[in-house]
Amino acid sequence: MSEEIIKDVIVRENEDYIINMGPQHPSTHGVLRFEVCLKGETVKYLIPHIGYIHRGIEKMCEADTYQQIIHLTDRMDYLSAHINNEAVCMVVEEAMQVEVPERVKYIRTILDELNRLASHQLWWCAFGMDLGALTAFFYGLRDREHILDIFEESFGSRLLHSFNTPGGLMHDVHPNFQKRTKEFITYFRKKLPEYDQLLTGNIIFQERVKGVGYMSREKAIAYGVTGPSARGSNLACDIRKIAPYGAYDKVQFNEILMTEGDTFARYQVRMGEMWESMKIIEQLIDNIPEGDFTAKMKPIIKLPAGEYFKRVETARGELAVYVVSDGNKTPYRMKFRSPNFSNLFVMNELAAGGKIADLVAISGSLDLVIPDIDR
Amino acid sequence: MNSISKYFSDLFKGISSLWAGMRVTGKYFVSPGQIVTQQYPENRATLKMEPRFKGEIIMPHDENNQHACTGCGICEINCPNGSIEIITDRVPNADGKLERVIDKHIFHLSMCTFCGLCVKTCPSDALAFGQEFEHAVFDRHKLTKVLNQPGSSLKKEAKK
Amino acid sequence: MSSKIYDFSSLTGSIDAALNSWMSPGLAVLTELVIIGLVFLIFYALLGLFLVYLERKVCAVIQNRVGPNRVGKWGLLQTIADLIKLLMKELIPIRKADHLLFVLAPFIVIIASFMAMGAVPFAKGLHVLDFNIGVFYVMAVSSLGVVGILIAGWSSNSKYPLIGAMRSGAQIVSYELSVGLSLMAIVVFSGTMSLSGIIESQADGWWIFKGHIPAFIAFIVFLIASTAEINRGPFDLAEAESELTAGFHTEYSGIKFAFFFLAEYINMFIVAALGATVFLGGWMPFHIGNWEGFNQVMDYIPSIVWFFTKTFFIIYVIMWFKWTFPRLRIDQLLTLEWKFLLPISMFNILLIAFLVLMHWHF
Repeated sequence: MSEEIIKDVIVRENEDYIINMGPQHPSTHGVLRFEVCLKGETVKYLIPHIGYIHRGIEKMCEADTYQQIIHLTDRMDYLSAHINNEAVCMVVEEAMQVEVPERVKYIRTILDELNRLASHQLWWCAFGMDLGALTAFFYGLRDREHILDIFEESFGSRLLHSFNTPGGLMHDVHPNFQKRTKEFITYFRKKLPEYDQLLTGNIIFQERVKGVGYMSREKAIAYGVTGPSARGSNLACDIRKIAPYGAYDKVQFNEILMTEGDTFARYQVRMGEMWESMKIIEQLIDNIPEGDFTAKMKPIIKLPAGEYFKRVETARGELAVYVVSDGNKTPYRMKFRSPNFSNLFVMNELAAGGKIADLVAISGSLDLVIPDIDR
Repeated sequence: MNSISKYFSDLFKGISSLWAGMRVTGKYFVSPGQIVTQQYPENRATLKMEPRFKGEIIMPHDENNQHACTGCGICEINCPNGSIEIITDRVPNADGKLERVIDKHIFHLSMCTFCGLCVKTCPSDALAFGQEFEHAVFDRHKLTKVLNQPGSSLKKEAKK
Repeated sequence: MSSKIYDFSSLTGSIDAALNSWMSPGLAVLTELVIIGLVFLIFYALLGLFLVYLERKVCAVIQNRVGPNRVGKWGLLQTIADLIKLLMKELIPIRKADHLLFVLAPFIVIIASFMAMGAVPFAKGLHVLDFNIGVFYVMAVSSLGVVGILIAGWSSNSKYPLIGAMRSGAQIVSYELSVGLSLMAIVVFSGTMSLSGIIESQADGWWIFKGHIPAFIAFIVFLIASTAEINRGPFDLAEAESELTAGFHTEYSGIKFAFFFLAEYINMFIVAALGATVFLGGWMPFHIGNWEGFNQVMDYIPSIVWFFTKTFFIIYVIMWFKWTFPRLRIDQLLTLEWKFLLPISMFNILLIAFLVLMHWHF
């Protein structure tokens, strides 16, 4: 089955007109290199080259205690830092059989969704910029600033806030947190339709993204594509629905699924997820239970020997954390299954046969974060 | 005939969708009051960081030039990047016993990732986050800071 | 009727007479050429700098930003500072590039825009080259710029510039047709190709009002096609920075890059000036049929003010396009031209010919 879906190894030919997109290129959003073979404007094949920002996070984890690992996970998918933190914390909590307080679960879920919103906003503006709508970039960043301000008030940092800790949170959220989050939701509910007017409905935009980069459901499964990119191909893969964690089992929300499988479908899934995120936050924000912000944890955490696995839904797909412990205070082996790594390698299948401009649109619609690919 | 009407309806739909986008940008063009840019160096006087802002690690000293650090070294152990170094000294106290005091609490700002573990784990709450954020310097040695002020001593009530 | 409007030809005529009284006629012509050349060079440079500043301010306000505000009052000197920076930058020589063509290309681009500028009527009597084929001349000269772009892309001996140049060639060759046909619409209305003749024919109302809907359609087609012809967003495929880094001028640095940059903005001014002249009456004040009093009040506003107001209005619209729309793909760009703009403007010109034949226009 998979042999038919995944193409054979690419054979380079001597007369190929090869351009290197990246490592420094405006549309790769980081140090990623596409070796693109062109025939006129048409892409013949594309080979992604990765590793320009490999820092060996998995190896570094083996030297760190479980509390120290948290700040490394921030730096993988830096746009959903909080969700990455939560994945590691949940592994540790599961291994230690610690029940975190309800308050922590609620706050974590709200922060997850705020982080997802911020990430999708940044994706939206970067996607607009990839397609040449430069104003979209600033509108997205302007609205994202409100979320970052909320983060800064509560955690002290805007992007990489190592706020989770095994067992709970570093400290309680700021007293203003609920008020400001609600203000943001009312603000953003007014601004989001503007995004649609500016970009979604635009005839040029629709022409650029409709029918471009078709990914079938089978292909998505074969390549292990997850997250909004896969949901655009009608693949229900939302971990929040499949294996609810945090407070996701207490809220009502829809998993946005699109059947078209093209770039526009992936775009619409993300736009829909912004509305759903706001719905989730609104359901939780008034009902945060009182209580402790952390469970009782020993200062030195030693996981019992064994293997532990936990997965979460980041803004880009499924992040799975796999820990092998030999009973020490540092893990024996730590493995992250990062969503972007799998999402990247479907690029050749989607972009081959399209134009260069389509390639840019497709890589934008997969929402790649390069440090997460290389780790 | 059908294709001709489709041609024109596509044309008008396209133009109206373009006009919708131009209305958004045009609206912002005529309302410069919506500008969100902060005039950074000019607004230094009014720019207040949040109280929880993680700018740098500081060691609060009281009016008697006393701090709460006992030099236990827990922050040094907990720091994932090795950005804290503690040099301790042993000096005799009033009873004549040798007692550990800090000589220098060195903080390498250039290595710090602001994870906050040192502040959280400090048993005597000697460390805190400062609001200073203008850390640009021409010489990176200036990013290595000694947190305890010269001549400072341990706050006595902090020991219990 | 337009007697109230100050005629610059009295000023230029007196300078001409003074020069002729001081020196021989041949020398006087030479001096006049030098003066005009110098005036145009300075005007060209200042206009380019101002347009870059304007673009940055307009896009900043659209994007909820402040824009340049550090150098000088409201950042007015920012572009001058940028120019000084570009002048001081190294001109990086490209190994294996075709050196002669590589150096020549920016000059071709800038000379093309400079030549087109000569035919622009700035005010009544302030008109360097008043050809009887003015529209034709501007069209012909401004399309020379694409030669420079093609040479730049080819001679760089680099892959991104080559793609950019080829895109630019395909684009300008196509859109030239629509620009020409939309201008031809007004030529049919006014019955002359001379720019001053077209302006005189609008003394009792601008063609965009007099020419009913067909003239308006021609104006819209002209706006779209000329935006494409000057390689500006949403048609900036030749330098689409998210696809081709910088397109045809990827390998250029320093002042040679600045030449391309400047030429792009001057081209924007030229098409805006042409659009203002042909459709919005150029320096002609806003006149309504037989409202003598109203027309006289309008005549008190100097003609040069009218011209620049209209031109900058069109420049603003072109900027508004750029900062709103995403970029088209190359095949969609050609589809838009060959399937929509060209048939529309061809049908439009037929309609206009019919209108003129039946004397249905004002």
